[in-house]
Amino acid sequence: MGRQRLLSMLAVIAVAIGCGSGTPQDAQATGPDERAGEPIVIAQATGGDSAPEGGASVTGSVRFEGTPPERERIRMSADPVCEQKHQSAVYKENVVVNDNGTLRNVFVYVKEGVQGSHPAPSEPVVLDQSGCGYTPHVFGVRVNQPLEIRNSDATLHNVNAKPSGNRPFNLAQPVLGMKTTKTFTEPEIMVPFKCNVHPWMSAYAGVVAHPFFGVTGEDGAFTISGLPAGDYVLEAWHEEYGTKTQPVSVPASGSASVEFAFSAN
Amino acid sequence: MTALQFALGAAVWLIGQTAAWAFGGSGAKIWLPEGSSSVAPEIDRLFYIVLIITGVVFVLVQGTLIAFLILYRRRPGRKATYIHGSHLVEIIWTVIPAVILVFLTVTSQRVWAVIHGTPPTIDLELEVTAEQFAWNIRYPGPDGKLGSEDDLTTINQMHLPLGKVVMIRLISKDVIHSFFVPQFRVKRDAVPGITSRLWVQATRPGTSDIACAELCGLGHYRMRGFLTVETPEEFQAWLAKTAEEFE
Amino acid sequence: MDTHGAPRGLLRRYVFSTDHKVIGIQFMFTSLVMLFFGGLLALLIRWQLGWPGRALPFMEKLAPDGMPGGIMLPEYFNMLFTMHGSVMIFMAIIPLLVGVFGNYLIPIKIGAGDMAFPRLNMLSYWTFLPGIAVVVAGFFVEGGAAASGWTAYAPLSTTLGAGQLCWIIGVIMIGSSSIMGAVNYVTTIINLRASGMGFFRLPLSIWALFITAIITLLATPVLASALILLLLDSTMGTSFFLPAGLVIDGVAQANSGGQVLLWQHLFWFYSHPAVYIMILPAMGIASEIIPVFARKPLFGYHSMVYAIIAIAALGFLVWAHHMFASGMNPALGTSFMVSTMIIALPSAIKTFNWLATLWRGTISFQTPMLHALAFVSMFIIGGLTGIFSAASPVDLYLHDTYFIVGHLHYVLFGGSLFGIFAGITFWYPKMFGRMLNERLGKAHFFLTFLFFNAVMFPMFILGVHGMPRRIYDYTQYGFLQDVGGLNRMMSVSALCLVGAQALFIANFFWSLWRGRRAGKNPWQATTLEWATASPPPHGNFDEPPTVYRGPYEYSVPGREEDWWPQDAKS
Repeated sequence: MGRQRLLSMLAVIAVAIGCGSGTPQDAQATGPDERAGEPIVIAQATGGDSAPEGGASVTGSVRFEGTPPERERIRMSADPVCEQKHQSAVYKENVVVNDNGTLRNVFVYVKEGVQGSHPAPSEPVVLDQSGCGYTPHVFGVRVNQPLEIRNSDATLHNVNAKPSGNRPFNLAQPVLGMKTTKTFTEPEIMVPFKCNVHPWMSAYAGVVAHPFFGVTGEDGAFTISGLPAGDYVLEAWHEEYGTKTQPVSVPASGSASVEFAFSAN
Repeated sequence: MTALQFALGAAVWLIGQTAAWAFGGSGAKIWLPEGSSSVAPEIDRLFYIVLIITGVVFVLVQGTLIAFLILYRRRPGRKATYIHGSHLVEIIWTVIPAVILVFLTVTSQRVWAVIHGTPPTIDLELEVTAEQFAWNIRYPGPDGKLGSEDDLTTINQMHLPLGKVVMIRLISKDVIHSFFVPQFRVKRDAVPGITSRLWVQATRPGTSDIACAELCGLGHYRMRGFLTVETPEEFQAWLAKTAEEFE
Repeated sequence: MDTHGAPRGLLRRYVFSTDHKVIGIQFMFTSLVMLFFGGLLALLIRWQLGWPGRALPFMEKLAPDGMPGGIMLPEYFNMLFTMHGSVMIFMAIIPLLVGVFGNYLIPIKIGAGDMAFPRLNMLSYWTFLPGIAVVVAGFFVEGGAAASGWTAYAPLSTTLGAGQLCWIIGVIMIGSSSIMGAVNYVTTIINLRASGMGFFRLPLSIWALFITAIITLLATPVLASALILLLLDSTMGTSFFLPAGLVIDGVAQANSGGQVLLWQHLFWFYSHPAVYIMILPAMGIASEIIPVFARKPLFGYHSMVYAIIAIAALGFLVWAHHMFASGMNPALGTSFMVSTMIIALPSAIKTFNWLATLWRGTISFQTPMLHALAFVSMFIIGGLTGIFSAASPVDLYLHDTYFIVGHLHYVLFGGSLFGIFAGITFWYPKMFGRMLNERLGKAHFFLTFLFFNAVMFPMFILGVHGMPRRIYDYTQYGFLQDVGGLNRMMSVSALCLVGAQALFIANFFWSLWRGRRAGKNPWQATTLEWATASPPPHGNFDEPPTVYRGPYEYSVPGREEDWWPQDAKS
C-alpha cells in the first residue's frame, strides 16, 4: 500500500503543478536605469578615492585641432528594445568633440613617477548597459577593485572583455537587472569591452594601480588630485588618436597644469 | 489508487491539455504559420501529403498492433500457430511501401527542383552577412547595383518588396548561422567560405521574424531579424529614408 | 568450459576482469549511471524551456558560473544540451546496447566460453570509463563544458575553450573502446560458434550485434579521424575546416584552405551509421523477446536478417540528409533523398514481421514484453516522422526545429531505450539469478510510457509551428509567444518521467538481494543462455553445447512443451 500511496501523492502533485498556468517570468530587477529618449551621455568618471597623500593636483584639458569628423549614427533599429529607449538619433562615441573645441573621453593618468602602493578601495566601479550603450564609455578602475557590470536593458547583452594582460571574459546577461562583478589583477591601458548582440556598443577601461587618473567630459577638462610633490609623466589616451605623453613637475601643494592636443590625422 | 488508475488519470489530464492546444485555448494556433512566399504552398502541399500518408499508415499499423494484442492475448486453451514466415506476404509488404516511397521521392524532387533550380527573373539582389550575433543586410543604393559605394546596410532589418523575386547572397563572417523565415518556409545555412544563393518571392505584406537556425554561440537565440514585406513603392521610400538617415 | 582459469581475489574478479559477463555488467552499471545523469541534464534544459529566465535557487551552489543567482545563462544552456546529447549517445545508449548486451550475450548465446580476446575486452571497458571522466571534466574547467552541440560543427567548435577539448579527447577514447569491442564481437561470432550453430541458426539479437559491430568498425574510425583534425584546428592552427577570411569576434583569423562542410561530411558519415548502431541491437532484442512471450517462432527470420544487413549497408549512403539546408550541391540533396527514402523500406519490413509474429500467438504481458511492444510502437512513430525529413523540401522547413528533436527522441528513447529496458528486464534473471518484481516493473513501464509520450509528442507540433531547437529563450520571437504553455506541460511531464525511474532503480537494487531466485530458464525460452545456470559459471557451460535447430522453435505441433531448446537432442 505504501508504494501506491506514494504514487498517488506524486500524481496529485504532478497534476497540480501541471494544471496551474506558469507565472510570468520575473526579472531579478533592482530598478532598471531607464533613460528614455536621451542620447548616450558620458558621466564624468573621477579618479579613485584615496586618503589624500599629497596636497597637489594636476589640472588640464585636451584640445582637438582641426575639423571635427562627422559622427556616425547608430542603427538602433537592430533591436526594438534599444530603439524604444531613445527619442532621437544616437551616435557613436569614438570621437566626440565638445562645443569648446576640446576632446571628450580621453583617459589621462600618471604613467611614471608614482611611489608606494595604493590598495584598491572596496566600492565597485559600475559599468552600466543602458539604452544599448555602455555608461560610462571610458572609465578608470583600480587593480583589484571590483567592477560591477549591470544590465539595465530588457534585452541580452554579452559583456565581451578582451584585455591582453588580464584574463579575458565573455558572459551573457540575458535578464534585466543582472549584475556581474569582475576584477582586473594587472594594470592595463586599455581594456576594450564590446557586445556581440549590439555591435556598436563599446567601452574602455583603464586599469591602474593608483588613484591618479581622470577622464575628460563635456568640458574636455580633467583633474588629478592627491599627488605628492615630484616629477611625473602623464599620458593621455584616446581610442582613435592614440596616446600622448607629457612630463609635469608637481609642487608640494597647489596645482600644475598640463595641456594635451590631438588632431585628426 | 493503483498504478493503472494513476496512469489513466494522468492520460485524461494530458488529453485535456492536448485538446486545449488543439482548440486554440491560448488564442493562437500552434501549427504551420500562414505561408507568405511563392514556394510555401508547394512545401505545405508536400507536407500534407506526407502527413496524410504517414497518418493513415500510423492508424493502420498501430491499430493492427493493438488488435493483435487483444485478439491473441493468452487464454487457457489457446495455442500459438507454428509458422515461420510467408514469401507472399513478405513480397506484398515490401512492394506496397516501395510504391509509396517512390511516389514520395518523385513528388519531393519536383519541389526540390523548384527551390534549387533556375529561379524566375531576379528583380532585386540583396546580401545578408551573418555574424555572431546579428544579421547585416545590404541593399543596393540608388545606382541599383549591389556591391557598389552607395549600398545601404542595416542590422537585423530586412525589407522586401511584395511580389518581386529577390536573390539573397548569404555569407557568414565567423561561424555557421542559418537564415530561417518560418512563414516563407525558407532555410539556408550561412557557411563561412561559401556564398549561398537563395531566392524568395514574398506573396503577402506584413511583418515576420527571421531566426538563426544553426547554433552559433551564446547569442544564437537572440539572432532575431525583423522582416517587413511591403509594396514596391513603400520599399523604395523606406530605402530612401534609411539612406538619408545614415548618410 | 573454462577457457582461461577462474580468477581469484576481488580485484581480478570484479574490477579488472576478463570475463565477458563481468565486463558486460560493468558497462551496465556505468552506463545506467550516465543515463540518469543525462536525464538530470535534460531536466535542467526543460526547466529553462518551461520557465525561461526563472531562477532555480539550488543551482546557484552547483553551477555558480553557469547559473548565477540560480538564473541560467545562455552559454550554460548550450553546455546542457551539448552534454545531454553527448552523454546519452556515447555514454548511455551505445554502451548499454552494444557494450552490455554485446558483451554479455554474444559468447553465451553462441555457445562459447568467453570472447575471442578477453583482455582486449577488459581494455575496452577501462578505456570507456576514463573517457567518460575526461568528457565530464569539462564541467570543471574554466569556461565550462563543451557547448557546440553534440554535433560540434566547425568553426564554432574550434572557438570554444578547454571544455570543448575535453569533449574531443574523451569522445576519441570512448570511440576507441567501441572499436575494441567490435573487433571482439566480429571475431567471436565468426570463430567461436558452437557446433551446429550455423549462421542461420543464430538468434536475431546476435545477428543484430554482429552487423552493428561491423558498422562500428567501418564508421567509428572516421569519427576518430575527424575529431583529431578538429583538435588540430582548435589547438595547432591548422585549417582543415577553416577557410580564409574568417573574422571571429573581431579578430581576423590566419587560416586558409579549409572547408567548413568537410567537418559535417566526416561527422555525419559516422553519426548516421551510429544511429543504426543505436537501433539495430534494440531491434534484435525485440526480435528475441516477442517470440518468447507470444510462444511463436519469429516470423520471416531470413527477411529479418536481410533487413538488418540492408539497413546497415544503406545506412552508409544517407549521411548528407542531415545537410539538406547546408547549401551543398543540390544534386547531392536529390541523391541523398533517394537513398533516405529507400532505407525506410527494411525498417518497415521488420515492423511488419514483428506484427506477424504476434498474429495468432498466445501473448502474455510480462514487463519485458511490455517494453518490447512499446519499442515496436514508438519506433513506428519515430520511423514515420523520419519520412517528413526525408522529403527534402519539407526538411528545409523542419531542419533544426523541434520536429527533429521529437523524431530523434522517439527513435532513441521510444526505440532504443525501451529496447534497453526490455533487454535488462528480460536478462536480469540470467545475470543476477533473481527475478525482478513484476508489479514494480509494470508500474515503471506504464509511467515511463505515459510521460515519455507527454514530453516528446508535443515536440512534433512545436516543430511544425517552426520553433527552432537549441534556443535558450524562445520568448524573444514574435511567432513563439504562445508556446509557453505546451513547453511547461512538457517540462512537468519530464520531471514525472525522471521521477518514475526511481521505480526502476528501486526494483533493480531491491531484487538483487530480495528478488525471487530464478532458475535456469524462468521464461521457458529456447536459446542457449537459458540452458545454463543463472548466473552462468565461469566458462558459461559445463560442456560445450551442440545446436540442433533454429532459435525460435515455440509451440511446435506434436510436442508436449511449447518450447524446444536449441541444444536439446530431441
